[in-house]
Amino acid sequence: MAVTTMIGARIHRREDPRLVSGHGRFIDDMTRPHMAFMTVVRSPYAHAKIRSIDASEAKKAPGVHAVYTYADFKDHITGGVPVTAAFVAEKKYVPNQFPIAHDEVVYQGEPVAVVLANESGQAADAALLVKVDYEPLAAVMDIEKAMEKGSPTVHLGAPDNIGWDLTYSPDSPEAFKEAEVVVKERILQQRLFPIAMEGRGVVAEYDGYDKHLTLWTSTQIPHFVRLFVGTACGLAESQVRVIAGPDVGGGFGSKIRPYVEEYLAVIASKLSSRPVKWIEGRSENLVATTHGRGQIFDIEVGAKKDGTLVALKVTQYIDLGGYQGVFGAFQAVACLLSGGAYRWKHIAARTVGVLTNKTSTDPYRGAGRPEATHLVERAIDLVAREIGMDPVELRRKNFATEFPFTNNFGLVYDSGNYGGTLDKALELANYKDLRREQEALRKQGRYLGIGLSTWIEICGLGPSAATAPAAGVALVESSQVRIHPTGGVSVYVGTHSHGQSHDTTFAQIVADTLGVPYDSIEMHHGDTAEGPAMGYGTYGSRSLAVGGMSIRMSCLKVVDKAKKLAAHILEADEADVVFDQGRFHVKGSPEKAKALGEIAFASYGAGLPEGMEQGLEAVSYFDPPNFTWPFGAHICVVEVDPETGAVDMRKYIAVDDCGNVINPMVVEGQLHGGIVQGIAQALFEEVVYDDESGQLRTGTLTDYLVPTANEIPELVLASTVTPSPSNALGVKGIGEAGTIASSAAVINAICDALAPFGIKHVDMPASPDRLWKQIQQAREHSNGERGARK
Amino acid sequence: MKHKVATTVNGSKHEHEVEPRLLLVHYLRDVLGLTGTHIGCDTSQCGACTILVDGKAVKSCTMFAVQAEGRSLTTIEGMAKDGELHPLQQAFWDEHGLQCGYCTPGFIMAAAYLLDQNPNPTEDEIRRGLEGNLCRCTGYVNIVKSVQAAAKTMGGAHAKPAESQSAVRGS
Repeated sequence: MAVTTMIGARIHRREDPRLVSGHGRFIDDMTRPHMAFMTVVRSPYAHAKIRSIDASEAKKAPGVHAVYTYADFKDHITGGVPVTAAFVAEKKYVPNQFPIAHDEVVYQGEPVAVVLANESGQAADAALLVKVDYEPLAAVMDIEKAMEKGSPTVHLGAPDNIGWDLTYSPDSPEAFKEAEVVVKERILQQRLFPIAMEGRGVVAEYDGYDKHLTLWTSTQIPHFVRLFVGTACGLAESQVRVIAGPDVGGGFGSKIRPYVEEYLAVIASKLSSRPVKWIEGRSENLVATTHGRGQIFDIEVGAKKDGTLVALKVTQYIDLGGYQGVFGAFQAVACLLSGGAYRWKHIAARTVGVLTNKTSTDPYRGAGRPEATHLVERAIDLVAREIGMDPVELRRKNFATEFPFTNNFGLVYDSGNYGGTLDKALELANYKDLRREQEALRKQGRYLGIGLSTWIEICGLGPSAATAPAAGVALVESSQVRIHPTGGVSVYVGTHSHGQSHDTTFAQIVADTLGVPYDSIEMHHGDTAEGPAMGYGTYGSRSLAVGGMSIRMSCLKVVDKAKKLAAHILEADEADVVFDQGRFHVKGSPEKAKALGEIAFASYGAGLPEGMEQGLEAVSYFDPPNFTWPFGAHICVVEVDPETGAVDMRKYIAVDDCGNVINPMVVEGQLHGGIVQGIAQALFEEVVYDDESGQLRTGTLTDYLVPTANEIPELVLASTVTPSPSNALGVKGIGEAGTIASSAAVINAICDALAPFGIKHVDMPASPDRLWKQIQQAREHSNGERGARK
Repeated sequence: MKHKVATTVNGSKHEHEVEPRLLLVHYLRDVLGLTGTHIGCDTSQCGACTILVDGKAVKSCTMFAVQAEGRSLTTIEGMAKDGELHPLQQAFWDEHGLQCGYCTPGFIMAAAYLLDQNPNPTEDEIRRGLEGNLCRCTGYVNIVKSVQAAAKTMGGAHAKPAESQSAVRGS
């Protein structure tokens, strides 16, 4: 075998020269001859009937080619946007989402018409002239009110607003009998905007003569777009080429589904016989692209006074929006991971999906796993507070320590060393000194808080045995490796890279597995016209553990064939041929070696062994035996000013374990960004709708605080390495880890800081305003108590 | 009615008739074909469209093209000279200062102005100097390191060297 020289090395990214010099190729950079620009006319109402649409003025506006409404699309699109079959088996109500509204709109931003014009400004101008006569209806905005009997419904005529209601594991009063203390809390997960820096966009070019569609789109899942959008628009996959990007400016889960504008642009191109381009503006993005989180958790925790965790009861309510998200139900995984890194006798869990007149929620970085971490890490701290135990000791006492570890829902954690990452984090933080400093500062009326998050996650989605029944699709991954006659290597993979650095890290794997120069390898992804028939895309921290493994498999198949041919050329028995660093030789005669490139050249020529076909290339589909289970320990240190409610983050330490590492520079980058997205949820970000009118109140980036460099503290990273037994590379995944871990660490730190006020729980975002009010209430409460005692 | 606008962009002279409402960023992208300047919002928050106007960092969505009359503009495409990356571009590459790369041109242009004004900034000055730009991938950690590294190669006398973030690695 090749020795490992590239795997584990800090290789600088091959993606970067074009991106730092302004030569990236993003969707808005794409132009085609005779292209028309599409503007989408969207509902300003959260819920309304459409009485009529008058496009006569718009059609007369300068540069306008056409205005299309439901009536134009209805015979060209079959069905609607797909919703994954299960994740949650007991779906009650799944309203069909046709890509454009017919006679009712159910969220602000739902498309009602599209305008095509020569220039984007002309299309935008004409869109203002489309007269839509709406009859506003009661908007259902609050998920608790939406669940009440007699609530208005999100869709007229619907039975109720319940999308699903599933109990994974029933409540057990028995289980709580052993508990000596019981703590209850309601934990909110506010709605978030994903905000990839590049919004979405589409260029659809339908060729009516060849009956062929080329669709450029800013997506994480080109093959699924081809499958779902193409099929719904009456085209076979062989007639459709989808190109993601070619460069895609971030995704964070918001680009993992087929979107209505893709269907609309395809049919608009077909109807107008022009290439059609649609580019999402940012304010449009905030209503048209899916949101994340939007959940309420009611939890009840039972423990013994010595800190032994006994029982947990979790009820999750998810704000689905007007239509169920394509992968929205995946977020119910929060229930299955609600036990975190700990041993529990019993966990009861129920998930309820509730429709509201808002934009759909769908996975956003971490999807279900940040929520699980947040609730269980809060639960641990609440119990620690209740019994007066150090939260570090409570964690240690209850960690799963034997691996593989089967959790209460039958999920098998592949490997772990939870105490190991915790020890390292405590050491880096000087935990004991911090506690002493906290004590001293409290005497001065200053409030330091130390928060822990000993997180786990499920990733590497995922084994077909689990994902096919759960998602309706087997989330395996494909690859193709080609050795050209002169030795160059082309690699195609079904995952997609939009910042994850796959072109670099996957080439590192290929270089080591084939023993060829890194620079001789060309990586390809994101174009359905190339490589294997199906690709499964990028989400769920899966690309390396599934896609990387698939590439390795294809490389090994190529080596296997090359070895047979090498034996033939070297006139030796195959069993005596050794493959070492890209060269084949007969045992004991390393001086007479044949390079892989030489074998490749021979493979396309004459004189092959009996029965061997020409060529040196292979296709593989990797179906992992299990998910992978990264973990880690984060410590956040904050000081809260009780007079202003301001949080000063003094330190953030993250010790993470994602198994073997291909490129530590890339892993650190993923952690940085992920941690900051979780900090952003904890402190800054919140999507706010007006409960009465249904209007989005955070409708531009002026109203929604995406943190800048100025809001973010220094991050201290470290790691341990516990290889995954689930794949031969021993890798796990790191794309979402930071976000999964960090919100809990921050909020635990704030609650710890405010313990002297008797504050046990703080919701997100922990804005100065929210904290100041909570501190004031706590002070009034304690003054009142003192008053009462007098 | 269209108006004439004459500018120098990355050293080349251009003259066009444009609509008065055309934003400078659209002029650069759609008229001149310089698509390295990106658009990430519609309220001037994100800074992806930052360029230099007579040497000063400007969000090009905040100017009309006609306001650039007679000005000298530098975009990300004008930063590399004779096939050599600008030290900031090199530093972003070296320090992994980008992931998806969409915000990167704006950060590099904003940082160019920052270092022009203050060749030897502290970390705090860098963070404050870049607060007009948003990045969603990097958490800003390696962007700050990139600017520190560029300051060093560009000759800032006391620029702090970029330190490795990870104090400890391996088990």
